[in-house]
Amino acid sequence: MTTVSSFAPRTRRNVELVLLLLAVGIVVLAYVNVGLSVSGAFPPGLVTHTAGLLVISLAFHLLLRWKAAYADPLLLPIVTLLNGLGLVMIHRLDIANGRDVGSGLALKQLTWSALAVAIAAVVLWFLRDHRMLRRYTFTAAVVGFGLLILPLVPGIGRTVNGSRIWIGLGPFTFQPGEVAKIVLAVFFAGYLVQTRDALSLAGRKVLGFTFPRGRDLGPIIVAWVLSLMVLVFEKDLGSSLLLFGLFVSMLYVATERTSWIAIGMTLFCGGAYLAYLVFGHVQQRVHLWLDPFAPGQSDQVAKGLMGMAAGGLLGTGLGRGRPDLTYFAESDFIIPSFGEELGLIGLFALLVLYVLLVERGLRTALGVRDGFGKLLAAGLAFSVALQCFVVVGGVTRVIPLTGLTMPFLSYGGSSLLANWSLVALLLRISDVARRPVEEVQAGPTPSGEAKTEVVAIR
Amino acid sequence: MSELTLTIIRLGLLVLLWIFIFSVVGVLRGDIYGTRVVSRTPRKPAPARKPAERPDTPAPQKRQKRQPHSTVPQSLVVTQGVLTGTSLPLREAGTIIGRNPECALILDDDFASGRHARIFHRDGAWFVEDLGSTNGTFVGTERLTGPVRVEAGSTLRIGKTVIELRR
Repeated sequence: MTTVSSFAPRTRRNVELVLLLLAVGIVVLAYVNVGLSVSGAFPPGLVTHTAGLLVISLAFHLLLRWKAAYADPLLLPIVTLLNGLGLVMIHRLDIANGRDVGSGLALKQLTWSALAVAIAAVVLWFLRDHRMLRRYTFTAAVVGFGLLILPLVPGIGRTVNGSRIWIGLGPFTFQPGEVAKIVLAVFFAGYLVQTRDALSLAGRKVLGFTFPRGRDLGPIIVAWVLSLMVLVFEKDLGSSLLLFGLFVSMLYVATERTSWIAIGMTLFCGGAYLAYLVFGHVQQRVHLWLDPFAPGQSDQVAKGLMGMAAGGLLGTGLGRGRPDLTYFAESDFIIPSFGEELGLIGLFALLVLYVLLVERGLRTALGVRDGFGKLLAAGLAFSVALQCFVVVGGVTRVIPLTGLTMPFLSYGGSSLLANWSLVALLLRISDVARRPVEEVQAGPTPSGEAKTEVVAIR
Repeated sequence: MSELTLTIIRLGLLVLLWIFIFSVVGVLRGDIYGTRVVSRTPRKPAPARKPAERPDTPAPQKRQKRQPHSTVPQSLVVTQGVLTGTSLPLREAGTIIGRNPECALILDDDFASGRHARIFHRDGAWFVEDLGSTNGTFVGTERLTGPVRVEAGSTLRIGKTVIELRR
């Protein structure tokens, strides 16, 4: 016995503007902090950089006002803040490594950010309704799997740091796995929304768990084999985990059955143990995880841990620590860099920002009215959450270290492009979710005037 | 640049970060959209009250003794069924009882109809009428065929629910 009432939503665009200005303000303050503590003077070109950041973020804000007036007001400020803080940290590491602004990574990252925002704007502009994506369910499958195996193609695949997850086209290198994450989420959502009834209803009940029929196990086995293949041939633990975790979570969201999670975890543990027995690089990672201070192996995790310990509760302050001592301090290990310079309090602020980002994604999934949108929003939000867990868990020794980037913070063009597009998708879905339903015209229409409707049956 | 200024900026940055987070959370609190579904769980009859009642002093008798002349009902109380313990003031405009969410008293009873019965006020007296329900409305043991006058103390039975009118 329930009462159902609906709320008239507000656009909240002004709230977004205020929060956006606050976010830009924090980023500028952090930038000034780095300049003051490193060279004792305001960074050169402060006004230009501030203006650039403001223009980019306000342009996106105006686009939202125009094209997606009801979109979630919190996503853009959070993402802007994360991206900006990442830029500041990369700039700070540039200074520590003796790179000047012209040749440093920060400028490249800034260029990538601008490009990523532009692509997100294009996504938002052309994708009027996320349900359009459902038409491309199986195209998305082909494209997604294609992107995943692209680095294995001889000629364009590149092996960087032992992982074959890069492709190189001329001077550009790109990590197609990041984009594959989004495309596969579209495929999973489209596929599961069609098949979820079979997956959730049929089955035998054993010991309180409803187990699916043998033939319904097909998709999860395929996803498992695929993620194992990524692990084996591309030697990328992180992407493999992300891919399989995304599928299992979306399966759970679609079917509401815990037995899928049990099956998924069993398969994953089995696969992970198998990989541990067979592959040397996995064994290396596990040893590094269990005993990071043992001699004769990479001291990357140990250095990250030392850095965070040096930061303590309040941090050394931006520009005052030595995060540059860790390798990949600007990409995989940007979290220990922040931990060292902003301290536990700052690091937790960053983590809470990610939690809020994921929460908005899941809230969108709850609010949107069509099944495809629900699954897609939940899948995208979960992929961000899982990626954060894998990265932060890796550097803090909760799980073995895997090579994934922290969304928005880490240095990496492909990661930025993919995550900004992901946010654009979430903004579009949230716009549909929050937009008030058009009033159905009241009054009975005479049956003689009823229009013949074309109903597509899929 | 003095060390003090740097410390202030460093701590100010952390404070601002958390101010940002709290303002986001503040917006979250006020940002409600979509549909709200309120489930009205049936109230359980309070077991603590029962021992307090003396079995040898029947409550209705006592009430009648105090004001014997007034028989005008003012509220209804569900005494049996899923909703036991629910009470509702009677409205002059009429109180509709049924399973339909727009009813004043929404029954969770498989034997009740959507709009089952109505209690209304006319010429200084209260009446109950059946609204064409499938399983009928009973006053006492008698099934209603038309509007019937009720007084405080009358009991109505709708499906498995028993409703008592009280002053």
